[in-house]
Amino acid sequence: MIERIPALVNTDPAITRWGRHLNDSFMVEVGTQQYLLTVRAGQIASVVKGPLVQRAWRFAIRARAECWEQFWQKVPAPGWHDLFALLRRGDVAFEGDQRVLMSHLLYIKLVLAAPRKLAA
Amino acid sequence: MNARIEHITGRYAHMEIDGKPHRVYFEETGQGIPLLCLHTAGSDARQFRAVLNDPVITQHYRVVAFDMPWHGKSSPPAGWEKQDYQLTTASYTAQIMTVAHELGLDRPVVIGCSIGGRIVLDLALKHPRELRALVGLQSAAYVERYYESAWLNHAEVHGGQACGAVAYGLTSPLSPDAHRWETVWHYMQGGPGVFTGDLHFYQVEGDIRERINAIDTSVCPLYMLTGEYDYSASPKDTEAAATRIKGAKVTIMKGLGHFPMSENPDEFLKHLRPVLDEIRSTTK
Repeated sequence: MIERIPALVNTDPAITRWGRHLNDSFMVEVGTQQYLLTVRAGQIASVVKGPLVQRAWRFAIRARAECWEQFWQKVPAPGWHDLFALLRRGDVAFEGDQRVLMSHLLYIKLVLAAPRKLAA
Repeated sequence: MNARIEHITGRYAHMEIDGKPHRVYFEETGQGIPLLCLHTAGSDARQFRAVLNDPVITQHYRVVAFDMPWHGKSSPPAGWEKQDYQLTTASYTAQIMTVAHELGLDRPVVIGCSIGGRIVLDLALKHPRELRALVGLQSAAYVERYYESAWLNHAEVHGGQACGAVAYGLTSPLSPDAHRWETVWHYMQGGPGVFTGDLHFYQVEGDIRERINAIDTSVCPLYMLTGEYDYSASPKDTEAAATRIKGAKVTIMKGLGHFPMSENPDEFLKHLRPVLDEIRSTTK
């Protein structure tokens, strides 16, 4: 799912406009599987699949694979439909520089929800 | 003239709240039982645009929706630049009761969402005889902090965008896009620190869990309507509160989120109209 994000996001100005000033890398973990996403002016420049050693990232978002599965349903169930919904249930961890995460929160939410478009 | 003009009138009222002069913006339409509408934290009375525009409701109700001081078109009081804004149970109650009195609303029905859904529980305890009925939307006795609201008022974080991002997540994925993003826009327009200041009441000071069992719904009926996609004041939170309030009537609204009246007006009105009909026929 995460590897499909560049194609889903980079052609969608309704998402990229919110990341216009973001030039950084962040880690997403689906269970133990790492993905390092690098953003250049709102475009997802690369997605590198782990395992990764000693890579730098600004913030990390970690959740169990089952949580992402729920999150990426076409119409997620209540409590699974937003990054902060996962946060409220204690099913996601935000680590690293919270300031950068919070200053691009709408962008990050839309990027991570983009795989829903692939759901049947 | 070709434009379609809504029947709502918007005016400014001058009044003292907690001893300070205020200029309060309010919108009004309809005739009959006064229905006073309380918007959510960090937003304004535009959230109630569909209620104000519903002829089924306005033929029996005088609907009044005001922007809280510091919100929408209501200014903060003079001297605001010297202090942080922070809402408390006492200041919120004072503004609601003052607005009701100064606008001549006789025993109004009060409907409030989120922070408004919280304060109606306090009104039920302190002012039951002055109110005809209470309707709490997304009503919970307490919501513990699950994110740091200080980030919403930070020099290096765009407050409008961050507040909008928080609000966006609280809408339902089933609500129509146009209304979801309209709801987000209101949040993006809030003044610096205002949403955070409201959340002080919602997440810190306004914990009413220990007192709600004293609410007497035989004096003032209480209805609690909650959208199922809300994870802030979730259906579980509403039901937990309702089990401690004898006579509280709960409706869980399928497919709706934290801002039912604003994010999906058509679906919300289907739930609200029967409640207002019942209030009209069973209360005096």
